[in-house]
Amino acid sequence: MTHFLSQVPTYLPILMQGVYLTLLVTLGAFVLATALGLVWAFMRVSGIAPLAWTARTIIVIVRGIPGIVTLFYIYFVLPDLGLSLTAVQAAIIGLGIAYSPYMAEVFRSGIEAIDRGQTEAALSIGMGWGLLMRRVVLPQAIRVALPPYGSTMVMLLKDSSLASTITVAELSLQGKLLASSTFENTTIFTMVALIYLAMSLPLTAFNGWLERRLRQAR
Amino acid sequence: MSIIELRNIRKSFGTVEVIHDVSFSVEKGEVVCIIGPSGSGKSTLLRCINGLETYQGGSIAVHGQRVDTGSSAIRQLRTRVAMVFQRFNLFPHRTALENVAEGPIFVKKEPREEVLKRSRDLLTRVGLGAKIDAYPAQLSGGQQQRVAIARALGMKPDAILFDEPTSALDPELVGEVLAVMRSLADEGMTMVVVTHEMGFAREVADRVLFLDGGVLVEEGPPDEVLSRPQNPRTQDFLRRILPS
Repeated sequence: MTHFLSQVPTYLPILMQGVYLTLLVTLGAFVLATALGLVWAFMRVSGIAPLAWTARTIIVIVRGIPGIVTLFYIYFVLPDLGLSLTAVQAAIIGLGIAYSPYMAEVFRSGIEAIDRGQTEAALSIGMGWGLLMRRVVLPQAIRVALPPYGSTMVMLLKDSSLASTITVAELSLQGKLLASSTFENTTIFTMVALIYLAMSLPLTAFNGWLERRLRQAR
Repeated sequence: MSIIELRNIRKSFGTVEVIHDVSFSVEKGEVVCIIGPSGSGKSTLLRCINGLETYQGGSIAVHGQRVDTGSSAIRQLRTRVAMVFQRFNLFPHRTALENVAEGPIFVKKEPREEVLKRSRDLLTRVGLGAKIDAYPAQLSGGQQQRVAIARALGMKPDAILFDEPTSALDPELVGEVLAVMRSLADEGMTMVVVTHEMGFAREVADRVLFLDGGVLVEEGPPDEVLSRPQNPRTQDFLRRILPS
């Protein structure tokens, strides 16, 4: 234990460089996955058959491919087609796409949980689809979707380590490199695990806070 | 010209026809009550009038304009024919005041301050002046339904459709809602009311329609239809629901 504590100051700055990339990839992929997820979800609940069908197909395909393969595809295959991305760009886009089906299903379940009577009431005062979604359905759907949305966020944080496979030196890769050059496996991987935990705990806490707040507003 | 006119309406769910060739019209200021057994198509018929249901045959016109669920005109039309639902369907994330003001502000784009003032007046009128900032969950069923009526009135509609407005209420709360509806009728509001409240129909309706199995069996002034029904199906229905 004393050994561990004495080593922390030495390795922490190096691992923190990885933390920066982990956060960058997580945040970028999170924003992209949310945006794409919303698009897929809206297409599915639009009531327009070709849109719903397209979204369903995309969800099935993307969800059926491992995230790591999606990353390989974007980083190694796209350059053959003339589109070269940096490793970080590829990681953000790949994870964003890979996570979009989960986001879509989270949003869709939230939207579909809203009572049909709400839609009818909104229609009966002359609302169109856009207003109905924005003013009536989404504000209520967010409450339903928030807990699974939070879990997905934590999963994405952890899965940002997949970016290491396409040379992004985020936390897990940084740890592995450091461990293999120092042989301090126990110290370094314990630190890596603790840092991941330290990043996910505030996320969980923030989510709990948001849930409580939304419940009060009711 | 009639405010609402239905001609030879047919409505099917899949292959099952639930409304067969129903025609009637509603004049300005008239209160029409639709009665009949469960599953007779009363609510479905009402929902066709503001396009919440499609219909397969015949035509429905509001102010001479055809009700067509697929057209963009339907939204405009819905702002003129308001609806009050059996289960209130208030927006749970908005206060009573916001529920009433939602349509005028966001759909009709009326000036906010004016709408809020009018909405407060409407809530006061239905006896909820003290509950303006309450959320639906904090209100009783009767209070919620009165907010729903205020919400309908907030649209300044030409007519209001009521879909069994007291059926989801505890018995002791029915009276307060009927009282509000009665005062609306007295003020000349055009109303179509699907109801099981025979007392209300008898006192307030100008005309009663008896619907059974999707067929308009009998219609006329309440004292005729309710007291001296001509058709055996009407007689049978009334015998079953009215205490002798």
